Amino acid sequence: MLHRHIPPPGAAVRDGFPGSRKTSRIRKKLGHARDRGEADGGNCLADEFILETHGLTKEFAGFFAVRDVALKVRRGSIHALIGPNGAGKTTCFNLLTKFLKPSAGRITYKGQDITAMPPADVARLGLVRSFQISAVFPHLTALENVRVALQRQHGNSFDFWRSKSVLDRYNARALELLDDVGLSEFANTPAVEMPYGRKRALEIATTIALDPEMMLLDEPMAGMGHEDIDKIAALIKRISAKYTILMVEHNLSVVANLSDIITVLTRGQVLAEGHYADLSKDERVKEAYLGAGHA
Amino acid sequence: MSALTDDTLPITPRAMRDEMVAFALMAVLLAVVPLTGIYPFFVMQALCFALLACAFNLLVGYGGLLSFGHAMFLGTAGYVSAHALKVWALPPELGIIIGTAAACGLAVITGYISIRRQGIYFSMITLALSQLLYFIYLQAPFTHGEDGIQGVPQGHLFGVFDLSKPTVLYYVVLAGFLAGFLLIYRTINSPFGEVLKSIRENEPRAISLGYKTDQYKLLAFILSGTLAGFAGSLKVFVAQNASLTDVHWSMSGEIVLMTLVGGLGTIFGPVVGAFIIIAMQQYLAGYGQWVTVIQGVIFVACVLTFRRGIIGEIARLLRRSL
Ligand SMILES: Nc1ncnc2c1ncn2[C@@H]1O[C@H](COP(=O)(O)OP(=O)(O)O)[C@@H](O)[C@H]1O
Ligand SMILES: [Mg+2]
Repeated sequence: MLHRHIPPPGAAVRDGFPGSRKTSRIRKKLGHARDRGEADGGNCLADEFILETHGLTKEFAGFFAVRDVALKVRRGSIHALIGPNGAGKTTCFNLLTKFLKPSAGRITYKGQDITAMPPADVARLGLVRSFQISAVFPHLTALENVRVALQRQHGNSFDFWRSKSVLDRYNARALELLDDVGLSEFANTPAVEMPYGRKRALEIATTIALDPEMMLLDEPMAGMGHEDIDKIAALIKRISAKYTILMVEHNLSVVANLSDIITVLTRGQVLAEGHYADLSKDERVKEAYLGAGHA
Repeated sequence: MSALTDDTLPITPRAMRDEMVAFALMAVLLAVVPLTGIYPFFVMQALCFALLACAFNLLVGYGGLLSFGHAMFLGTAGYVSAHALKVWALPPELGIIIGTAAACGLAVITGYISIRRQGIYFSMITLALSQLLYFIYLQAPFTHGEDGIQGVPQGHLFGVFDLSKPTVLYYVVLAGFLAGFLLIYRTINSPFGEVLKSIRENEPRAISLGYKTDQYKLLAFILSGTLAGFAGSLKVFVAQNASLTDVHWSMSGEIVLMTLVGGLGTIFGPVVGAFIIIAMQQYLAGYGQWVTVIQGVIFVACVLTFRRGIIGEIARLLRRSL
């Protein structure tokens, strides 16, 4: 996975240098909050950072998959989490979305401590994840996949005596969402019959249907061809105008191109954090990557 | 969006049309049975088991929860109905309601205990709970242990329909079966059914969309247990008794068998499966203990040759949902 070379800063990056336009947009948006935040600390930080962890740790029978991770995700940013295989990225996601219980540490989302919250409740707060292995409902059509998400917010999901034709009222919105990710033609195709790249797009459409505030994407482009990668990257870029995104991704040119800030994880710990341009010069990061890439 | 014209819109209406046609066909076929000279007792018995298998299928085929203890609902409703009819001398409609309600209550309790377990652990807990009930019913005085409750009076339904007349009883059982079948069909095709299917397909994803999946699974369990109980209450009028065989683990196994032979997760499969298994027991009765062996061989053959069950394979050949 990781033997792809790290492109030199500014080179071979599709549209613009990492984070340039994007970061300035966020700076503009958050400028005041940040200045004040730095001046008097306290509350403003909760506004600036949508998600924070303190000393986040996960131990599996003596093995620390995640150790003492302090992560701060800025509202409105695309934050990338990278690192060699087994670094603990997926485990981190599982902790953040409460699919795993942390062994130690605290997670704060929008200023609220969610460390002890069940996963469905976290999702209801607008912190929604995708999975490393494509997560669609295989025998439902693309339309039905999206509808399942729309249905949750609008209630009547326990109505067993009602015909499911009451769900038809979500069709228009569902089609809109599918159209948005270029899946109109697949509306009536069972997800299992869709090409891999399209499934990932469907997953994103389903997530957007919940109108979350923050999306966690675990390797959204793994196993995709060039064309699909470009499409999904463009899609992520586009939706990032509305949502905060934390993503794990191995394709470094994508990471370079999309993310505002990058956290490098190795052996469960944060190795470095910063902009792509700086990290690609960092000896420790290179070493971690080369070491793992050739192992 | 523009690419979507009306004729490409949902496959579902077509599937629903197929299923409606099949349902009408089934209802008509069953309605003419008394005119054909087929032994109605056999068909009534099969109808009760068909409803039981359909209720079971709702849980495992659509909710992905394999219960190995479904006989406890059949048996409990049977005992309670039989007791209400014979000892309390209640009218049939009340007997059915009380028996079904008892199964519902049992489903609430057992569901609450078992639903959080995953996979094989869920199956094991349901089996353990049903065994516990078996031993209770073996000892409890009102069930009369090994003898069971015999000679249950059939009475007049709503004070009008004389259930001791085979033809009247037949149509009452048929009406009960069709009502239960339609309720299950509706449940599968309801907003709730959509969520249930998505949980079966990918539970972590359903959770990540904000669904508290335990609650949906519990409701499916309660619906399934209640309808299985309804089948048990109806069966009391057909067999005029309630006995330990209905709560025995081998009955739970038979329910699994019927559903698998007919087609797990298909709408009509459990009905076909129930008729096949009941017919086999009826016509092979002369072979005594060999029935079990023959049943086992047929089961193995089924699993090896058509894994989707009879209706599952037919549906696949016709590219239809049945
Ligand atoms: N449920 C688990 N039990 C034991 N070890 C686990 C479990 N989940 C993950 N791990 C271990 O934690 C480490 C980090 O895994 P993961 O988070 O999947 O890495 P990444 O996503 O960065 O490739 C790996 O060494 C993995 O074997
Ligand atoms: Mg991973």
